[in-house]
Amino acid sequence: MGDAISVAGLVKRYGKLRALDGLDLEVPTGEVHGLLGPNGAGKTTLLRVLLGLLRADDGHVEVLGSDPWRQATRIHRRLAYVPGEVMLWPNLTGGEVIDLLGRMRGSLETRRHYDLIARFDLDPAKKTRDYSKGNRQKVALIAALASDVELLLLDEPTAGLDPLMEAVFRDCIAEERSRGRTVLLSSHLLGEVEALCDRVSIVRHGVVVERGTLAELRHLTRTAVDAEVERDPAAVTGLPGLHDLEVVGHRVRCEVDTDALDGLMRVLAELGIRTLVSRPPTLQELFLRHYEAGGDGDGDGRPAVGR
Amino acid sequence: MTPRSLTGLGTLLRLALRRDRIRLPIWIVTIVGLVAIVAVTLGDLYPTAVARRQLSTTVGANPALRALLGPVYGRARLGGLVSWRMSFASLVLVPLMAIFAVVRHTRAEEEAGRLELLGSTVMGRRAPLLAALLVSWGAALVLGAGVTLTMLAVGSRFEGSLAMGAAFALSGMLFASVAAVCAQLTANARTASGAAILVLGVAFLLRSVGDAVDPRSWVTMASPLGWIVRMRVFGHVRWWLAGLALGVAVLLAVAADVLTTRRDLEAGLLPPRPGAAEAAGWLRGPLGLAWRLHRVAVLWWVVGLFALGLMYGGVAASVGQLVRQTPQLQQAFQAIGGQQALIDAFFATTMTIAGYLTAGFMVHTVLRLRAEETSMRADDVLATAVRRTPWALSHVAVAVAGGVLMLAAMGAGAGLTHGLRVGDVGHQLGRLVPAALGQLPAVLVVAAFGLALVGLAPRFVGLVWGALVAFLVLGELGPFLRLDQWLLDTSPFLHLARLPGGEVTLLPLAALTAVAVGLGAAGLLGLRHRDIGRV
Repeated sequence: MGDAISVAGLVKRYGKLRALDGLDLEVPTGEVHGLLGPNGAGKTTLLRVLLGLLRADDGHVEVLGSDPWRQATRIHRRLAYVPGEVMLWPNLTGGEVIDLLGRMRGSLETRRHYDLIARFDLDPAKKTRDYSKGNRQKVALIAALASDVELLLLDEPTAGLDPLMEAVFRDCIAEERSRGRTVLLSSHLLGEVEALCDRVSIVRHGVVVERGTLAELRHLTRTAVDAEVERDPAAVTGLPGLHDLEVVGHRVRCEVDTDALDGLMRVLAELGIRTLVSRPPTLQELFLRHYEAGGDGDGDGRPAVGR
Repeated sequence: MTPRSLTGLGTLLRLALRRDRIRLPIWIVTIVGLVAIVAVTLGDLYPTAVARRQLSTTVGANPALRALLGPVYGRARLGGLVSWRMSFASLVLVPLMAIFAVVRHTRAEEEAGRLELLGSTVMGRRAPLLAALLVSWGAALVLGAGVTLTMLAVGSRFEGSLAMGAAFALSGMLFASVAAVCAQLTANARTASGAAILVLGVAFLLRSVGDAVDPRSWVTMASPLGWIVRMRVFGHVRWWLAGLALGVAVLLAVAADVLTTRRDLEAGLLPPRPGAAEAAGWLRGPLGLAWRLHRVAVLWWVVGLFALGLMYGGVAASVGQLVRQTPQLQQAFQAIGGQQALIDAFFATTMTIAGYLTAGFMVHTVLRLRAEETSMRADDVLATAVRRTPWALSHVAVAVAGGVLMLAAMGAGAGLTHGLRVGDVGHQLGRLVPAALGQLPAVLVVAAFGLALVGLAPRFVGLVWGALVAFLVLGELGPFLRLDQWLLDTSPFLHLARLPGGEVTLLPLAALTAVAVGLGAAGLLGLRHRDIGRV
């Protein structure tokens, strides 16, 4: 079991702009890996370098054991790609596009493809110009999922899908995982990544700023606590690990670091809890901190965890 | 017809002008500049009324030139000759400018979804079409004014100069309106401009056939371009024809405006039809896809050129008659080389037209590679096991095969009708099909230049259209203006033998083919070594 994707020090420049600025990424075979990041972080550029559509200016890139720039088609037989913005030929039908892409990839599983058309509730006889954005997305997804390949590269594949179809998509990815396929899923939907991915890399300004399993990343997240207590909650103010603390009368609102949660709960319990709402830790906070951190800094400078 | 449906017109107008701030001025300056160059050169070459009348009589006796440019009106006047010589600009280039401008600002915007973005802001539903029409009509009027001023500057009569400017402006306005209607009927920008260009082609063909047979022919008057020609701008100007053209332009614009209020955004009036739920067996690779994408266009072009051939072939035998009936033209007739030479020259000219049309089709088809790339559809194909070179060659193959078919269809159509009239179909087919195919080496050079740009300078693929227009201008004006030979030599079309009738020499053919192959190979090589995408 080697790495399906191995990227080290990848640089891609567009004129003066460094779209990828020394990016490292390793995705072991069989893993569902999430690629998170704000718009313009370089996710799509990375995927297009992995496909050999763009040539890397510097660094080392290996996909399924080969250099994608030199041996693109050899790799392409073993992977399927769903672009972020699915553009199809307006005068072809969805069914024609699915068949065509599968045939050009050289591996269309016919039974599975009928099954997927039914599950995604797609009308394959419609011209793609008459499809909504979501339906175009479905065409690309079905074409990719129906292929007998080892690696799936998915660029924000659920943008435009309704919640029902998102659920179908999640089921499909779970099946892919159980079949031992590797998936690289770029997204900015945290729920999706949390539900599907074994590990996550957060990309910003063309570099990976955080990486690790969800459990590891949760250490970096905070739990939101909103409590009402019997007695005066002044004792809370001195506690370590609290952020954005608000005390109004007997009500306490704050965000708390995961390792300081226990201490806060003990204090609150002694004060006599009347109501307690706590939002479980999500990637949201971590993600937002990276999104919001303007300029060149990487959030609050915490070290990356995981590997 | 509430004013609210026009809300945002001003903003859209400014946006359209901002987007066209380079493109439209290039069209206008080029065309007006050509008028100026032709006027000055003709003034130098034919300074006296006698010389001009002599020239007018000779060219007027040549049916091939009448087919291409119409008759000369105002034979002794400089303006008459300039307006005749420049009629390919007023009859073809100006309408094309107008068609592209209208479609660019209506259907193309809608198809790209940008209009939706604007529509969600404050914008009346009739505003986009009206903005597009105003920009195109405005461009045509500015161009016409430029032509009038140029003619006045070289000392032409006021009425004639005004009429010539009006002729240029009106042909642009007419076809802007035609394109506006087409853009409402189909949901696809390429289909819309294709339909408008088809109308232009039919109009040109009717005028051309009518003028070739007889300058008083009613066939010419059946074509809106015929009205423009028959305005007789430097003869006895017929202003009522200008009024007719303007009226039709306004009527068509109103029709388009009514249509636009009756349909949904991004929908055509022709309803969508379901297609096959599964791909046919042959749709399994890049070549199948390229054929699937281009087949409708190929079919239309082949049918179109066949029809062109039928029409020109049908009238070819008549082209000498008029001359023979006019005693004072006998001398000119003999000078040209008699009946057979006249017919051959007529066919050779029509084959040149077919050559330019075929080049246009092939360039359009080859540049589809770049369009596929910028629309990100190339990613879909190139992320599968298809290599870049076969992907590119698939579109090139359809372009070349389509081009060969088109030229063969032109020759076959001409051979058929001309053969029937002279009672020798087999012989005429054997002469005219190869004559038409004789255009192929030059056409291939132009297409290969397009491929070279796709591979090596993808942001400048539009240059190939500039080159094609330049070759057209060189071919039409070059020998007439006695331009330097090295300049004429830059056009591949001017290295071709004039067929039928001319001598075929091997060297130019071999050289042109070598240039085409070299350019094509350079393009393919470039494509393999560059990034795929919008940049």
